[in-house]
Amino acid sequence: MSSQPQHSESTKAIPSSTDEFIKGLWKENPVFVQVLGMCPVLAVSNTAENALAMGMATAFVLLMSNILVSMLRNFIPKEVRIASYILIIATFVTITDYTIQAISVELHKSLGAFISLIVVNCLILSRAEAFASKNTIGKSIMDALGMGAGFLFALFCLGAVREILGSGTFFGIALLPTEFQEWIIMILPAGGFFTLAAWLLIFNIIQQKKSKT
Amino acid sequence: MAAHFQYYSTEKVKDMNQESLGYIFINACLINNFVLAYFLGICPFLGVSGKMETATRMGGAVSFVMLISSMCAYGIHALLVAINAPFLQLISYIVVIASTVQLVEMFVKKMSPSLFRSLGIFLPLITTNCAILGLALFQTNKGYNFVESLVYALGAGAGFTLALVLIAGFREQLEFADVPKVIRGTVLTLMIAGILSLTFMGFSGLGS
Repeated sequence: MSSQPQHSESTKAIPSSTDEFIKGLWKENPVFVQVLGMCPVLAVSNTAENALAMGMATAFVLLMSNILVSMLRNFIPKEVRIASYILIIATFVTITDYTIQAISVELHKSLGAFISLIVVNCLILSRAEAFASKNTIGKSIMDALGMGAGFLFALFCLGAVREILGSGTFFGIALLPTEFQEWIIMILPAGGFFTLAAWLLIFNIIQQKKSKT
Repeated sequence: MAAHFQYYSTEKVKDMNQESLGYIFINACLINNFVLAYFLGICPFLGVSGKMETATRMGGAVSFVMLISSMCAYGIHALLVAINAPFLQLISYIVVIASTVQLVEMFVKKMSPSLFRSLGIFLPLITTNCAILGLALFQTNKGYNFVESLVYALGAGAGFTLALVLIAGFREQLEFADVPKVIRGTVLTLMIAGILSLTFMGFSGLGS
């Protein structure tokens, strides 16, 4: 496991905590730049509401697991670290699963198995491995908040586009005139792939322009 | 259109029509392909689909882990129902999957070091492959018996391998195409995946 992907945490200058936050939101956005945690991004972004709920659930698990991993980073033996991280994450996901079920059965139904599948979101494990296990609690919290916000932002971008084009509504409120012919493809699985491809393309173009100037 | 996405949960209360084993296989493999319809296992799908050879091997490794963890998940579920502790489901599933992956990793390392190197980071990452945990959760939700679970796992593995190999074929051909630089990489793969996903929707009439 020595070849775990190393992200640019090891940059020379010591970044301030705000930098850690901004980094996750834009420069190292987990979805658009690192392309991590794709499964829930594609699967539950068919409406803006689902996307928001999923993003919040993931951000919560990310925050809690980052805190706990960072607290325990000196106690967990190196050989069993991945297994321990996964156990920590699974615990918080179980908590989240039951909490969402208690708050809204409807939401729980529409997110379905994807709440449980937060356990295997590569984003969370990669933050635990690449960041929280090496940094102080304060920094880990900022990192988790930034990454969580970045993930939420990306999910929301996708969910909004897919809901507006696919059903002509936004958070369930009709937005487009009734003559508008819904693009059914946007709410089907294929639409998820296409929308994400379009967003990544936009990000690529922005970054290419930046690197030219 | 929310109905389309409720198949994750509503299948729990599906009518008690006995599904034939063949239908279960076709369903997991083609109609509801894990990658292209359920979006499970997208990370390795994007990561190791560059070369046909790696894709095939990865598909094989994932199918094998799926088969073993499906068997274990069946046992664990029966046990958890017996001791009435459903909240432990997720944790025990993930532990079993992680240990299976560790086992496969040791096995592959010993038997074929070249395969071990070519799979690289993606071998331990099978642990965090949602397709495997998803399979365990779906089979529990659907209430499959032991044989049905095995067939379901086989179908899911075959479907995963199929999607991976198809994409790898496309990507190998596109190496020689003159694609604008901004689109190369993930964007292009996602677009192909979208088109493949549309194609696979054509299978939805099968078996009904």
